[in-house]
Amino acid sequence: MAITLSGDQAIPGPPLSSRLTPAQVWGIILLAPYLLVFLAFVVYPVCYGLWLARAPSNYVALYNDPIFARAAINTLIFLVIGINVKMLIALFLSGFFAQQRTWIRWLSVIFILPWAVPSIPTILSVRFMLNPEWGMINHFIFSFTGDDGPNWLNDPTVALTMAIAVHIWKSLPFWTLILITGRLAISHDLFEAAEVDGASWWQKFRYITWPSMQTLYVTCTLLSMIWTLGDFNSVYLLTGGGPADLTHVLATLGIRYLRLDQLSLAMASIVCAMPFVLPLVYFMMKRLSR
Amino acid sequence: MKLPSLRDVATEARLLLIGIPVFLWTMIPIYHMFLFAISPKEDAFSGKLWPDHPTLHNFEIVFKQQHYFLRDFYVQFWNSTLIAVSVGVLTLFIATAAAFSISRLKVPGGRAVLNLALFTYFIPAAFLAVPMYRTMGNYGLLNNHWSLILAMVTIASPYAIWVLKQASDKLPVELDEAAVMDGATTLQIFRLVYLPLMMPSLVAIGTYAVLLAWNEYLYAFLLLSNDREITLPVALGNFLAADDSPWELLMTTGFIYALPPAAVYYAFRRYMVGGLTAGAVKS
Repeated sequence: MAITLSGDQAIPGPPLSSRLTPAQVWGIILLAPYLLVFLAFVVYPVCYGLWLARAPSNYVALYNDPIFARAAINTLIFLVIGINVKMLIALFLSGFFAQQRTWIRWLSVIFILPWAVPSIPTILSVRFMLNPEWGMINHFIFSFTGDDGPNWLNDPTVALTMAIAVHIWKSLPFWTLILITGRLAISHDLFEAAEVDGASWWQKFRYITWPSMQTLYVTCTLLSMIWTLGDFNSVYLLTGGGPADLTHVLATLGIRYLRLDQLSLAMASIVCAMPFVLPLVYFMMKRLSR
Repeated sequence: MKLPSLRDVATEARLLLIGIPVFLWTMIPIYHMFLFAISPKEDAFSGKLWPDHPTLHNFEIVFKQQHYFLRDFYVQFWNSTLIAVSVGVLTLFIATAAAFSISRLKVPGGRAVLNLALFTYFIPAAFLAVPMYRTMGNYGLLNNHWSLILAMVTIASPYAIWVLKQASDKLPVELDEAAVMDGATTLQIFRLVYLPLMMPSLVAIGTYAVLLAWNEYLYAFLLLSNDREITLPVALGNFLAADDSPWELLMTTGFIYALPPAAVYYAFRRYMVGGLTAGAVKS
């Protein structure tokens, strides 16, 4: 409640209760359910979690756990390589889908599917495709080359790459969609003028498209990085963190500690992720407040 | 009719060169799931692109719950439905009230609450899940549907409030003023003026919250564990517990589970995409 009233206290005047109009009283009553939810399920858990993670011994334990170091590196790879590759593809495809063709419009309807359907069945479907003995991909490799295909999910590098691919498969439509709207917002006259001047497609992109989409693109990249830090499904459902816990990211590692009943360790691993999160959030806030 | 020039053909070919891989990339995992659903076990495991004997037998097994992993299929389907609908209703209630309060009643500090609410999305989902799990334990809600419902309402509400506030800012102030002149109370304005005008946005946000809850895996997997309490996605994850998982049944159940959200999404596509992207470009 303190938050709702704080704005009021700046105004000098009679005591609070008599200054509130009936409409404002209703305003506070109607805002109360959300405030309760926010306090009970965001503020309290976050504070409680930070309090649980206060003991330095947790961080010593994390430091001594080789899985943690590996997970931190994997997370960095996931964010720096995975997200940038995804956003570049999304930027490229937004140009493709902005073309006015009937078949491209139909394709864009299909293209949304990965985002519209829940992730469990589709990720598990990919998991079986990658099965070394029974999976479709190795069946194909065998029928074309006569050799057995690789044991996809048994090699940590390949498995992590596949998890990134699954993540891209799932969230590419969403970001492409947003970049398409950004592209369609650019005035068409600019492109027509460039056409008359004989500009190449690269010049059009470099001097018209990119300058007007730059802000949106960077904002999307930052936001996608923050959200991807919390992407549990792509890794957990595809590799389960394996082989030998080498493909964990911080999201799955935290949950792993939680399942092992090491809650303070789980919280400590999340606190260790703050150096990733806070700069991203800081840049995000700066952008949004502009 | 004019014949297409060579240049047009080249452009079209280049576009197809992008379009075909995009189509394959998008459809292969989904087609693979569908293929398993209509294949007998032998065909599914042989890597064929189309089964020799396509069958609906897998669906029959699922609908008759004739497998160890499927013995609670209907209960779990019902759990998923109940939780998704509850999240939709509760989110609508909380978010509409909050948006009305912030946008129409201009409650002091309303803007700050909205900003704080949106801050929720700067906490990565899996990171919030860990302390949320413990919190639900403290509240005594673990293994209770309410834990998942409340968790999903927490996640759905900020976006819902934000979208509803944008929409209600567009309604003319004169409407409220006229209603006040006629002696309407605040609640009457809310019920008789505000709600009817906001209907399209409410439909979109309700759908959004229902889909979010229906699709959720991580929170459901953490907060519910009893076989008769869990939702469908958790049950699907549990298939993996066995080494000889019946993958054709897993994919069939997954297909049944994925159909409703896909159908709803396409039915409401116009609203969903409009609402989402309008916000994105603004930022």
